Amino acid sequence: MSAEPGPLEAALRNRRSQGGKALVPYVTGGLGDWQATLSAAADAGADAIEVGIPFSDPVMDGPVIQEANDRALAGGITPQGVLDALGRLDIGIPLAVMTYYNIAFRFGLERFASVLAEQGVAAAILPDLPLEEAGPWSEAADAAGVETVLLAAPTASDERLGRICARTRGFVYGVGLLGVTGVRGELATSAVVMAKRLKQMTDLPVLVGVGVGTPEQAEEVCQVADGAVVGSAVVRCMLGEGSPMAVGELIGQFRRALD
Amino acid sequence: MTMTEPVSGRFGDFGGRFVPETLVPACEELEAAFRSAWADEDFRGELNRLLADYAGRPSPLTECHRLSEELGLRLLLKREDLNHTGSHKINNVLGQALLAVRMGKTRLVAETGAGQHGVATATAAALFGLDCVVYMGEVDMERQALNVFRMQLLGAEVRSALSGSRTLKDAINEAMRDWVATVENSHYCLGSVMGPHPYPWMVRELHRVIGDEAREQCRRLLGTDPDVVTACVGGGSNAIGIFSGFVDGDAALVGVEPAGGAAIGRGVPGVVHGSKSYLMQDEHGQVLEAESISAGLDYPGIGPEHSHLAAIGRARYETVTDDEVVAAFELMSRTEGIIPALEPAHALAWVSRAREELAGQSVLLNLSGRGDKDVDQMMGRLVTGGGRTE
Ligand SMILES: Cc1ncc(COP(=O)(O)O)c(C=O)c1O
Repeated sequence: MSAEPGPLEAALRNRRSQGGKALVPYVTGGLGDWQATLSAAADAGADAIEVGIPFSDPVMDGPVIQEANDRALAGGITPQGVLDALGRLDIGIPLAVMTYYNIAFRFGLERFASVLAEQGVAAAILPDLPLEEAGPWSEAADAAGVETVLLAAPTASDERLGRICARTRGFVYGVGLLGVTGVRGELATSAVVMAKRLKQMTDLPVLVGVGVGTPEQAEEVCQVADGAVVGSAVVRCMLGEGSPMAVGELIGQFRRALD
Repeated sequence: MTMTEPVSGRFGDFGGRFVPETLVPACEELEAAFRSAWADEDFRGELNRLLADYAGRPSPLTECHRLSEELGLRLLLKREDLNHTGSHKINNVLGQALLAVRMGKTRLVAETGAGQHGVATATAAALFGLDCVVYMGEVDMERQALNVFRMQLLGAEVRSALSGSRTLKDAINEAMRDWVATVENSHYCLGSVMGPHPYPWMVRELHRVIGDEAREQCRRLLGTDPDVVTACVGGGSNAIGIFSGFVDGDAALVGVEPAGGAAIGRGVPGVVHGSKSYLMQDEHGQVLEAESISAGLDYPGIGPEHSHLAAIGRARYETVTDDEVVAAFELMSRTEGIIPALEPAHALAWVSRAREELAGQSVLLNLSGRGDKDVDQMMGRLVTGGGRTE
């Protein structure tokens, strides 16, 4: 582990040490009034925000985030466009970009890492870049001071989870179920199991995402986890012409459920 | 050179395993299961028996006398079109289905473009009593409607992929999303030499039989290897299959891509669908939508081993246009009495265009499938006034 935690890890640890649970919403970059939505999310009590850089082939995403990607791309958003906008933004909480590996690869790994750092982005999440392939990117990111958050899935052995916990930065992202992003009627039992397994293994903040779609589900998983990542529920609100205020209101409901 | 097992799933700079974390253990399990099955004489024996008694192997080698004369070269066809289900795809699928059963999986998931891989997968699922779901782009379901119905007759569920270009690329996305959710009981029966390790290696090994047979058949007929070995390339499985019999010799290896789906011709290295390979993409890394008359080749990527063969200069890759393909489709039908699938008609289109360069040479062409599935589409184009049928 690096000696000094990065800004993302620090913010999440801070929430935990005050006895709270962390809330990390996901917002698709380039979708509608996304920049104002980021501010609204921060005002509504998000501890950090995951900002999606749209990709043409998001294999880890269900229909809601796919649609958001398609719309944002049709609107002409580029990776550079998202990053430039993030650099101009000052909302007082750490940001993590979430995108697919080809975006970073095409950008150039070192260049992508240094642009993230220049634009004040704390972390990156690349869901199609597993541990074994993460080497070149993680090195570039470490060198630029960008935290690389790795995902941990229910299918992993304890031995594998251990290696993931050792290499992740910022937090460990526990995948709550077998499946892609999307809102489900109930929290999968695997979500709490995932949180328990990870909590036994690491002192890093453990957040669970994928399949956490309602304030009640977030509350339930945070009986064990240190926080929740909420994606499709937020994006669904944005797709339904949800104003930044409406999204802020939704995030406020999650915040109150966790407090 | 010989084609060996890739070290850490890499073919030179290409390949790898770029998949969501959820799928990594499944890929590892599959890799181990295939390695042990492939070294197991009982497994190999059972597969060989199926290939012979069920699929009809070995497939013949046909010398095209009339077409050879017309083109001024010696054209030989490896007749994968005569396999059960009508294409080379059955070689791979029987192997993977047998492996799925060995691994205790009860459901097959597949993507399909032209429908040939979907039909082959549905066939194997029926044969082994497995559940089967096939994803197919909405555009392809229309232009290959016959194959959709064949899959349904075989008991498979065909689900339409509605995102993006609604073709093969999007069907793969949907199949991977399905597998992320069902990995405990499902095997992803991927249809080409692409995707995450071990697929490019495993699918190549399962199609190696094409090249092994063809080499023996050529040596009997010609006394030596042919001068040129050519095949169409979508993901690249039929091409790798036939190349693998000749890669360590002197034959020139030529893959033929559609101009509208030319990963090597128009792409740069990128990462999608689990591996690093040449990929048609824009300057920002967004994958471009391919556009080809042939649903089976309508794909912006290519298997990683082809990228490697291109990078080291062992194989070369040419492109042909839709119009050249249609002309080749008609040419083979009329001169040899063989209606080819639109995919291998790409390889003939290149041979026909390059006839001067190839004058007097022996050319082995992998006839990867038969044209029944394309007759309706061609009727729209050739009979009812020339427009595209979709
Ligand atoms: C007859 C035939 N040939 C070739 C292909 C392309 O696949 P590959 O490049 O993997 O051989 C297909 C795919 O559907 C096909 O049906």
